[in-house]
Amino acid sequence: MGIDIRLPLGGLFLLLGAILLVYGAVSDPSLYQQSLGINVNLYWGVVLLAFGALMFVLSRRGAHAAVRAESTTPSPRSSGH
Amino acid sequence: MTGIDWLILGLYFAFVLGIGVALKGSMKTSTDFFLAGRAIPAWVAGLAFMSANLGAQEVIGMGASGAKYGIATSHFYWIGAIPAMVFVGIFMMPFYYGSRARSVPEYLRLRFDEKTRGLNAISFAIMTIFSSGISMYAIAKLIQTLHVFDGVFLRLGINSSWIFDFSILISALVVLVYTFLGGLSSAIYNEVLQFFLIVAGFLPLTYLGLKNVGGWSGLKATLGPSYTHSWAGLSHPNTNRLGVEWFGLVMGLGFVLSFGYWCTDFLVIQRAMAAKSMSAARRTPLIGAFPKMLFPFLVILPGLIAIALPTQPAVPPHARVVVSAEPPGKGIIPMKVDASSGKPMLDKDGKPQLDYDLAVPNMLLHYFPPGMLGLGLTALLASFMSGMAGNVTAFNTVWTYDIYQSYIRPGATDEHYLWMGRMATVFGIAFSIAAAYMANRFNNIMDMLQLVFAFVNAPLFATFLLGMFWKRTTGHAAFTGLLAGTAAAAIHHGLTLPAGAVAGIKGGWLAITHIYPSEMAQNFWTAIYAWTTCFVVTIIVSLVTRAPDESKLVGLVYSLTPKPEEEPMAWYARPASLAIMVIAGTVVLNIIFW
Repeated sequence: MGIDIRLPLGGLFLLLGAILLVYGAVSDPSLYQQSLGINVNLYWGVVLLAFGALMFVLSRRGAHAAVRAESTTPSPRSSGH
Repeated sequence: MTGIDWLILGLYFAFVLGIGVALKGSMKTSTDFFLAGRAIPAWVAGLAFMSANLGAQEVIGMGASGAKYGIATSHFYWIGAIPAMVFVGIFMMPFYYGSRARSVPEYLRLRFDEKTRGLNAISFAIMTIFSSGISMYAIAKLIQTLHVFDGVFLRLGINSSWIFDFSILISALVVLVYTFLGGLSSAIYNEVLQFFLIVAGFLPLTYLGLKNVGGWSGLKATLGPSYTHSWAGLSHPNTNRLGVEWFGLVMGLGFVLSFGYWCTDFLVIQRAMAAKSMSAARRTPLIGAFPKMLFPFLVILPGLIAIALPTQPAVPPHARVVVSAEPPGKGIIPMKVDASSGKPMLDKDGKPQLDYDLAVPNMLLHYFPPGMLGLGLTALLASFMSGMAGNVTAFNTVWTYDIYQSYIRPGATDEHYLWMGRMATVFGIAFSIAAAYMANRFNNIMDMLQLVFAFVNAPLFATFLLGMFWKRTTGHAAFTGLLAGTAAAAIHHGLTLPAGAVAGIKGGWLAITHIYPSEMAQNFWTAIYAWTTCFVVTIIVSLVTRAPDESKLVGLVYSLTPKPEEEPMAWYARPASLAIMVIAGTVVLNIIFW
């Protein structure tokens, strides 16, 4: 019912990943002294972006599969549940 | 907090509220609102099952315990959760889900009688209100301590003494909007978001921290064996940091407290009841157990790292100072300072106390630059809010189904109960706000309430165990057993005291007959006495009261219920296979960190 959680999950992490990645790429490297010289924003941004993309793709696939199932078998169930 | 951090926090709020708005249209019946239409897939319910418990007290508290007790804190996960999660999935879910009960108190009504349900429903409703109030109080306190809003308030020219009130209001408002609109579905979806946010925010923290202290072996070398072993030293309370012996730990925490929580608390069971099928409901706690098994590395390890770091006034350039010129604590954990006198607080031996609750927040400030810091703080806030939402959704369901529909207005339309659920969300949150202020004003009252809740909860699992697996158990017996168990807990607490404590809220208010080596040991043994009393009294009273009608117990008791049919699915996805995998994993972890 309602929505596939993977869609908002994918959306949120795509945006979070993009924000961190871009910020990591343009920010002053001296910021990263406290994170042991590792640009955590950049690297972790890439990981989150990939995770977001994966969730997004999975939710699209799920939606397609649901549409296919709907069209091949006339579902007796009404909407709502 | 810089602009980028605010952007991340704002983005999270937008998604949380957006989910509520998107779900608004699908809330057509009370089942949609209270049980998410019983349509939640197993993996979503499983993550929510685990995350509903991962609230404020958990994330901050486990890091604090990690700093205080070391890796032995993982007992709260490995024996204090996993076995119970496996048990509820394999053995108890068939009755909870199969009975079609809409709540845990309703199961008690079906299995026993009205008074047992009433007792459980009313005590549970009161408890959830206070828990969500305490959550809210914790958020507001943390926001205050971390000076998150100070800059904004300064710019707007508002006195910073309003930050506490503002934080309470804003968190209450956000939780209100999304649970009001989307009910349990909203809460569950946000628990899933929160789960991934916590992983996203804390995994890099553990990585950086471990890298900095030279990995696990570096941590072992710095802290010594008492911090880095979970079982060694448990043969006697004086040889481990917890101050408990293995029997009290395994029976008190691993059996009574953990089964009492994970197998009977509607806050978590509700997530499984919302699953879309029996097999999904059974797999819910099992799927939740996998991340649960690994979470010590995310929430406990940062605490250990915080205490292992060289002691220094570490002040990151951009963050507003948390630990200023106070005398140094240990690692990056500051000393506890008395708010009124400004002097460090001393313990009974005259040694300064450490403010362990700042272990995790200080770790975030220590390692994270702007950007990641925003993500880490957002993860913390998300866990606070969804912990609160978990309580609110459990409250509105128990209130509407078990109190309002049963005692105040039975036989109304479903539409009316849906409306009541929304209203219960509003006044539940209003009461929570009151509880949050009470926690702020009267700390002792809160301590006492939590103590009373512990007495009420301790015997619960004995009642469920007998109810589900012994068909002879009667309603009168369940009710008397619960009362006797609660009384036993109170009496045991009144007769014993942890070493070094003064008689009063810590125990010994009747007479002092036994001194426990630690408060934890006392808690575990209180639970053991309560459980045993409830178990024995329930059996005795069952035998002297009239046996229940067996035909009415089909689907509610083990011996009278046909085995749940397994849906055809891959061998590794079956409940039994998941159970074996998660138990094997837990055993391996215990051996590694022995």
